[in-house]
Amino acid sequence: MTMTVKPRKPWAPNRKDRVRSLSVLAVAVFGAWAVVSFTGLSGKIGFIFSFVLIYTLVQAIVGVRLRGSKALGDTVAQSIIYLGSALVFMPVASILYMTVTKGIKGLHFSLFTASMSNASFLDPVGNGGLLHALVGTLYLVLIAMVVSVPMGILTALYLTEIKGKGAGFIQFVVQAMSGVPSVVAGLFIFTSVILVSPLKTSAAAGALALAVLMIPTVTRTSQEVLLLVPTDLREAGLAMGATQWRTVAMIVVPAARNGLITATILGVARIAGETAPLIFTIGGADKLNMNPFKDYQSALPFYVWKGLTLGTPESLQRAWTGILILLILVLSLFVAARSLGGRRMAK
Amino acid sequence: MSTTIAAPPDKRVLITKPRTSDRIFRGVVTAFGISALLILTLIGVFLSVRGIQTFHSQGWHFLTNFKWEVVQNDDGTATSNLGIGAMLLGTILISIVALLIGVPLSIAMALFLTFYAPAKLKTFLVSVVDLMAAFPSVLFGLWGFFVLMPMVTYWAKLIYKYFNWIPVFSAPEPFFERSPFTAGVVLAIMIIPIVTSVSREVFAQTPLDRIQAAYALGATKWGVIKSVVFPFGSSGVVGGAMLGLGRAFGETVAVFTVLNIVFRGNWHVLYGAGGNVASLIILKWGESTGDETTALLAAGFVLFILTLVVNLSANFIVRRSVKSGK
Repeated sequence: MTMTVKPRKPWAPNRKDRVRSLSVLAVAVFGAWAVVSFTGLSGKIGFIFSFVLIYTLVQAIVGVRLRGSKALGDTVAQSIIYLGSALVFMPVASILYMTVTKGIKGLHFSLFTASMSNASFLDPVGNGGLLHALVGTLYLVLIAMVVSVPMGILTALYLTEIKGKGAGFIQFVVQAMSGVPSVVAGLFIFTSVILVSPLKTSAAAGALALAVLMIPTVTRTSQEVLLLVPTDLREAGLAMGATQWRTVAMIVVPAARNGLITATILGVARIAGETAPLIFTIGGADKLNMNPFKDYQSALPFYVWKGLTLGTPESLQRAWTGILILLILVLSLFVAARSLGGRRMAK
Repeated sequence: MSTTIAAPPDKRVLITKPRTSDRIFRGVVTAFGISALLILTLIGVFLSVRGIQTFHSQGWHFLTNFKWEVVQNDDGTATSNLGIGAMLLGTILISIVALLIGVPLSIAMALFLTFYAPAKLKTFLVSVVDLMAAFPSVLFGLWGFFVLMPMVTYWAKLIYKYFNWIPVFSAPEPFFERSPFTAGVVLAIMIIPIVTSVSREVFAQTPLDRIQAAYALGATKWGVIKSVVFPFGSSGVVGGAMLGLGRAFGETVAVFTVLNIVFRGNWHVLYGAGGNVASLIILKWGESTGDETTALLAAGFVLFILTLVVNLSANFIVRRSVKSGK
């Protein structure tokens, strides 16, 4: 008869530990409740404040009794780190909650079939829609993609495949470019395109400004993905007598295809919500404009911006609804990028 | 008998002559690689060329002047007295608030993700932080104005009530709406993702053997973090914080929404009057003409140089610290 030794995990919390940590939590909740009820501190902030304080204190006392004085710093630090993480998480939850609850009130069917050409932002929410903004965002994203995806991927190829003398420097430049403020990108396209070239205020001009912001994102993500392609594959290609061009085009890029799509999606997610560059470049129309190279155009973030700056209850409702739709767009892009990226890792 | 030793054959010279296709390929890819540099240079050139008049007419005073006025003279000409001093001061003030709030929270989050969180929670929270980076800035503006600002105004009143003996927390009048403090809190939330992800990357590279050695010597988790992780990762965290600073300098829409832009040098963080270079540009853009537009482009140029310097030094620091970990 064979004996199997049951694996033991002496470090895992046993029943006694769980009871202990639960009771510490209970003491803290009760204590905080007592403080809020019987002293001057009141409200949610008072509760959270006293809860954190009491929890840390009780935890520290229990820790010191069990493990000696060294546990004091440990437990206090742990409480602070947990508290900090919770504080980071809270705004995200609040933003998602507020956007959904406020935005959902303004949803109606004609939102996707009508533009604002016969309605004003100050009209009741049922009038007009944001079709023009959706079309505008679509144009902006498509043109920005056409410009920046080839540029981004080719720059990444330069950094990973050619590794020329300047690669380190170009890497530096790309990183610097990713820090260019969006308002500067807008001003740049205004001075370099709208003022001096035949292309005037239009979706295409806005897309160029967005492309300036998108190129570094696409480059950096593509670069990471291309670095993941095994060197063996490249060497195999070269050993078969292929030129570098054939190796890259037939082996490296196809191997990294999913990752490159992810890079594109992340780039789009980066720019879809940008507002500041659009203020200088697309003009902001209220009616549907199907020509991306001529005349004023609108976009979802611009629609939200307009509703926000007008400041009446109706326009603000439009802004919340617009941002809900924009957020859904960005979130689905994000999830798409994640799932594609996940599949790449799994391979 | 003489033997003649055959002369050793010449060393073979290996030359790969690149094919035409390869030459074209390398040429095209190199050209695109350089394009990033070209764009960055062009941004600087175009903004400075358009804005140079302002530097001519206003001189260096442009950076320190707190006034922004265009006065119509009787003979139809206009005298402009334009400066971004108040805006620069405001930008720095807001960014300091944002760093003071955002960086400790980011470090806490990064430590939690690296050393405390269970695997599943970690994956989830990493997604949450990445998601935060993808939120549009106009969303931060909208949410900041309607949800965060009432709360922050209340905190500001509390701080003012108990700490107004500290000069920074005093205020000329009890008016706390749309203050630099509010804008700083919004910016703090906006820079958390980048600072957290850089710090996390640096913390994750702490050599495992040193961590285990510290545990073996009987250190607590906090002891390990304090004596191994922090000394190792501190410069990386500084770099991450500077990347956040670059973000904070350039943020436009969200700050514009929650900040009361006033042309006067105000360093009382709680008082509802502030400035921000990027917000100034969109505030004045619609109504500006002539000299004013040029001055806005010059302001854009100053902002560009400022963020460029901050970002380059940040990347330099981050890269150095990440390299030293390998």
